Amino acid sequence: MFGWEFPPHILGGLGTASYGLTKGMAQQEDMEITFCIPKPWGDEDRSFLNIIGMNSVPIAYRDVDWDYVNYRIGKYMDPQLYFDLRNNIYADFNYMHLNDLGCMEFSGRYPDNLHEEINNYSIVAGVVARQQQFDIIHSHDWLTYPAGIHAKQVTGKPLVIHVHATDFDRSRGNVNPTVYSIEKNGMDYADCIMCVSELTRQTVINKYHQNPNKVFTVHNAVTPLAQEILDIVPKKSANEKIVTFLGRITMQKGPEYFVEAAAMVLRRTRNIRFVMAGSGDMMNAMIRLAAERGIADRFHFPGFMKGNQVYEVLKASDVYIMPSVSEPFGISPLEAMQCSVPTIISKQSGCAEILDKCIKTDYWDINAMADAIYSICSNPSLYNYLKEEGKKEVDAITWDKVGVKVRNHYDNVLANYRK
Amino acid sequence: MKTICLYFEIHQIIHLKRYRFFEIGRDHYYYDDYANEQGINEVVEKSYVPALNALIDMAKTNKGAFKVALSISGVALEQLEIHAPQVIELLHQLNDTGCCEFLCEPYSHGLSSLANEECFREEVERMRTKIKEIFGKKPTVFRNSSLIYDDEIGAIVADMGFKGMLAEGAKHVLGWKSPHYLYHCIANPSLKVLLRDYKLSDDISLRFSNSEWNEYPLFADTYIGWVADMPDQEQVINIFMELSAIGMSQSLSSNILEFLKALPACAKARGITFSTPSDAIMKLKSVDHIEVHYPMSWTDEERDISPWLGNILQREAFSKLYSVSERVLLCNDKKIKQDWDYLQASNNFRFMTTKNTGIAIDRGIYDSAYDAFTNYMNILGDFIRRVNSLFPVDMENEELNSLLTTIRNQGEELLALNKEVERLQEKLRKDNEDCSNGCTEVKAEAAKSSSAKNATVKKPKSKAEVKADK
Repeated sequence: MFGWEFPPHILGGLGTASYGLTKGMAQQEDMEITFCIPKPWGDEDRSFLNIIGMNSVPIAYRDVDWDYVNYRIGKYMDPQLYFDLRNNIYADFNYMHLNDLGCMEFSGRYPDNLHEEINNYSIVAGVVARQQQFDIIHSHDWLTYPAGIHAKQVTGKPLVIHVHATDFDRSRGNVNPTVYSIEKNGMDYADCIMCVSELTRQTVINKYHQNPNKVFTVHNAVTPLAQEILDIVPKKSANEKIVTFLGRITMQKGPEYFVEAAAMVLRRTRNIRFVMAGSGDMMNAMIRLAAERGIADRFHFPGFMKGNQVYEVLKASDVYIMPSVSEPFGISPLEAMQCSVPTIISKQSGCAEILDKCIKTDYWDINAMADAIYSICSNPSLYNYLKEEGKKEVDAITWDKVGVKVRNHYDNVLANYRK
Repeated sequence: MKTICLYFEIHQIIHLKRYRFFEIGRDHYYYDDYANEQGINEVVEKSYVPALNALIDMAKTNKGAFKVALSISGVALEQLEIHAPQVIELLHQLNDTGCCEFLCEPYSHGLSSLANEECFREEVERMRTKIKEIFGKKPTVFRNSSLIYDDEIGAIVADMGFKGMLAEGAKHVLGWKSPHYLYHCIANPSLKVLLRDYKLSDDISLRFSNSEWNEYPLFADTYIGWVADMPDQEQVINIFMELSAIGMSQSLSSNILEFLKALPACAKARGITFSTPSDAIMKLKSVDHIEVHYPMSWTDEERDISPWLGNILQREAFSKLYSVSERVLLCNDKKIKQDWDYLQASNNFRFMTTKNTGIAIDRGIYDSAYDAFTNYMNILGDFIRRVNSLFPVDMENEELNSLLTTIRNQGEELLALNKEVERLQEKLRKDNEDCSNGCTEVKAEAAKSSSAKNATVKKPKSKAEVKADK
């Protein structure tokens, strides 16, 4: 598998989904997974899969001894693997910027020279593909499609790509042509395309002109909460309700609709507080908008949340809201429901396809959104119903079921490949 | 000898409009006029008019051999009066044939039988009077909203003077017993209970036009054949359904009207008669009591009240609604009384169901159960505010009631005293006429006493008013 993020060092939903999926798949006994990421930190959970850091794969020959390799990268990788990989160098990349081990540096993030990093990643993938033994290639998101294509060309093994998002979601329609071409190219080469929702599947079919027969929907799931998170005691005040938005404050997430809905609710009642946690390019505009509507005293921006802070905020909330304009899947409402928080999501979110015990509104329908917020806050029965039934529903959505689905698609691909 | 008891129900709810919470306290009109008019016109055109015409036709051609029973909910009647008076006209025509019996049901088609006895009695009484006014005959048989029945409801209905009641022939209540006999209520044997044969009823109302059904296409002789083939001792076959089943659920293009029209002749050929519920109750003897501890209904697989009160959302809305029932009964505000009828309709609760029955239900303007709940609670919020603004909230209903009684009594007393004053003044004038002068003393005395009485009477009344306004 080619991926870009893996917990605990993650920047968005992609890492969480990669982890959950691989862990779910690893429950099948005959499944062996090797996961390639640009830059491991050494504290990843390797109990159920092998992780190869692309920044420790040599692409040019360096005469180094075992001890030195062990000293340099022993934390991330078995030195023996380094030497095995070194035997599979396929071209002379000495003209590139390499370090003393003949490896390339990766930031593992989304830097400005992202396209260069994507390219480098696919060069390294050529070495990995030649060395590793496998049956199928699985690429997560457009960043790793070139690597997947490269691996397919080198080994002739079938390529599966996993569409976690498309550029149409990220840009509200103003598609970046370079990104589009990478995405389209990856889909054209793929033998099977897995999309995280029917919404995304339709985008892939209609905007990327793919044959519907090879495009499938594989919904995401959630990993059960750890005990330490379950043990967090919610800080709730008796006479105030808290409504939370949690995510990047960007155009895609529809934050302005949340502010407008909040303004409507606050015109009627004052004992509700609104929290917009996260950061993003629209944050300042949102602070301004809240002030303009005269609700700044009840509307809070605590900034970016890390690790368990996320769950502390969720547990203190009475309502979770995700008014995304276009969300390929959206794993956060599922997390909120795991924390027993009633949830409002937009109908334009992929997760709306599998969730039933939550309120769904159109992202632009601020009236309906305000009404739903007010209703949950003022009707204990609705609150309790969504809280309990929502938790039950989300607890049944597990990654091992998704793993079985993915496996079936693998089997189909392998059975029909090159026949 | 077997007899078929055929009964149709007419009910259409008043659709609620999209009501956002910020309208609470500002907008007191809750209804979607367009949806109401359009909805009622559609059902009238597609179902009621053709179905009633067919029934009239059947009554006329069979000259007394065909009998049918109908009931109309009060809210449906109101809508028909406004939007489709031609249906009322047809009902009169059907009534004039003498082959039709009108039953009574709760005015609002609501669930008051499960919540508040007084409320239930009041609306049943109101409906009974209305039916009497329109069709000239006081109904003696009752059917509750969605055929909800249990022992307690049976006892109340019997107490109100009804001779019979319709109920569901639910398997979990009957067990091995057959619904094809007359039963009586265990709480009061004078109330006879007719139990619906759900198989035969649903054959018409649910399956008739379903081409995947193994009995499709169903013909009248086959259908009557099923009835005729039942054991000879079985007495009464109760086929109850909504009138809108003909034409709406089963489209007219399935020839359902022809099927209906052929029933009397086929029945006659096999020696089967038709009866109205009161005929059946009069002619037949009850074979046994039925015992129903938990309410049953004619809806869904479970035949219980879970379609309306199955989840906590529904129960919350229900208990909030009936929390003001006593106050609504006490008040005289016509608009509030009217809204009370419309809000009670059981359909409002049905929209909030989260049951997964496999059959999609039409939620009208609502996307989901939560949407229906939110909208209803917003409207209810406004309604409860209006009711509470009539009377002080912190006062107990009993205290309020006694105060209201005092006010009413004093009002009556005042009226009586005024009459007394008038009488005395009249007398005075007569006396004056009798002895034109010289009686001034008596006159002054009488005037004095009447004004004094007036003052003493007014005082407690104003006090009570002050208290009530507080």
